[in-house]
Amino acid sequence: MNAAYNFAYLDEATKRMIRRAILKALAIPGHQIPFGAREMPLPYGWGTGGIQVTAAILGPRDVLKVIDQGADDTTNAVSIRAFFARVAGVATTTRTAEATIIQTRHRIPERPLREGQVMVFQVPMPEPLFRLEPRLAETRRLHALADYSLAQVKLYEDIARQGEAGSSYNHPVMVDGRYLMSPSPIPSFDNPRLHLSPAIMLFGAGREKKIYAVPPYTRVESLDFEDHPFVPLRAPHACSACGSTTSYLDEIISDDQGGRVHVCSDTDHCAETQGQ
Amino acid sequence: MSTPLLEAAGLHLRFGAVRALDDVALDIHPGEVVAIVGESGSGKSTLLRVLAAQMEPHSGRVRYRDAAGAMQDIAALSEAARRQIMRREWGFVHQNARDGLRMGISAGGNIGERLMAAGTRHYGAIRAAAADWMARVEMDPARMDEPPSNFSGGMQQRLQIARCLVTQPRLVFMDEPTGGLDVSVQARLLDLIRGLVSELDLAVFFVTHDIAAARLLAHRIIVMRHGRIVEQGLADRVLDDPRHEYTQLLVASVLSA
Repeated sequence: MNAAYNFAYLDEATKRMIRRAILKALAIPGHQIPFGAREMPLPYGWGTGGIQVTAAILGPRDVLKVIDQGADDTTNAVSIRAFFARVAGVATTTRTAEATIIQTRHRIPERPLREGQVMVFQVPMPEPLFRLEPRLAETRRLHALADYSLAQVKLYEDIARQGEAGSSYNHPVMVDGRYLMSPSPIPSFDNPRLHLSPAIMLFGAGREKKIYAVPPYTRVESLDFEDHPFVPLRAPHACSACGSTTSYLDEIISDDQGGRVHVCSDTDHCAETQGQ
Repeated sequence: MSTPLLEAAGLHLRFGAVRALDDVALDIHPGEVVAIVGESGSGKSTLLRVLAAQMEPHSGRVRYRDAAGAMQDIAALSEAARRQIMRREWGFVHQNARDGLRMGISAGGNIGERLMAAGTRHYGAIRAAAADWMARVEMDPARMDEPPSNFSGGMQQRLQIARCLVTQPRLVFMDEPTGGLDVSVQARLLDLIRGLVSELDLAVFFVTHDIAAARLLAHRIIVMRHGRIVEQGLADRVLDDPRHEYTQLLVASVLSA
């Protein structure tokens, strides 16, 4: 641990401010709470929101796991893990089962989460009505009035044009029947994992300076139509490393002849399945 | 006589020194078509906006009898309740179809939006309603997945009317619904509106400077000048036997073909 920094990099006053925003977010599930996001020693888009949320909730006994697109060994995941090991001296892990805090970009681990675990999502754009309504003041009004017909119309257009929902990731969800929420760019395959999860889900958007949350055991429903129910998407293959037919897959080009293989995007889950 | 659907009394509104509304009072009854005529700047569009709760008067009030039969002071309602009324019980047809339509989404989506806002979550039912309404406004339901920009001006206006009427409103406001269309298209559109109004028993409040349109559609005509109502009465009475000198001038200035 580097003594030149306060525990977990941020000063205590900043961490308290972020914790207040988190508590407020947990009290109003799915509602975006503004907070005073700080400059972090990594560029916007690399997880400045997630890293601040993690810094604010991290304690000395926590075990931290960081994943990027499901993998523990990608640049972003390795750097953030090393960062917290250095400025907070906490234990880190790649095992989902052992972690108490999991900071993630684009995935929720395959292994079911349990009570006591906290997921921290890195969010590029917290506003689910972004691209549908360009005025932020107006989107706030629509949230206040629970008027989400715009998002429903977008879904209607997708189905009319291509016969199915157009968003294979970042598919908007209704939280506790009240607020429309962006689940961050996780694949729609992961959306059902937000529903009634025993773990706490925290979402941090650094550039947009917003925090929102889903408390444990909260209803989270993906937007759909009664006669076109939401279907989580998964490539119809088995993992070429572990053989799993239920996990979310990445498609990888394997040679110059256009050969391709499918492997689990969750590296920890894949290793675990292979070990069995 | 039935109780009014909309009641306005003592409306005042000024833009600087200009009196846009000067002590205006009027009632609209269920199933009644009221036309408001007058020259540019007479305050007729302002009156429409004030009645449709898009603008607040400086004084006076507008009351609306909702579907449950309760008289509501529109200005005193919460924004949520007001929006509820605006999207479930009212319709608004803009002069320019582009203001009333979402140009980026298909014709079917445009018609379906109000249904979805009202809580319909069945895709098939929304499409069936959209197809039905396209047929009712004499458009080809097979074109429901095309964007509004693919349609002519007259068809866009009909699309806007379908979008408005799909939730079966009780009161529809129209701002120069036939403005900017050529004469033959205007005639067909007026014919269509007249048919729908009697079929659905709608109350309509519309602004026009086209006396012929007022004669064709309206049961009652209100004549405005300098922010005041100078004359009102049954449509044929006002047009055939105008009493106020300004109405006489207005009626006399219509060119007959």
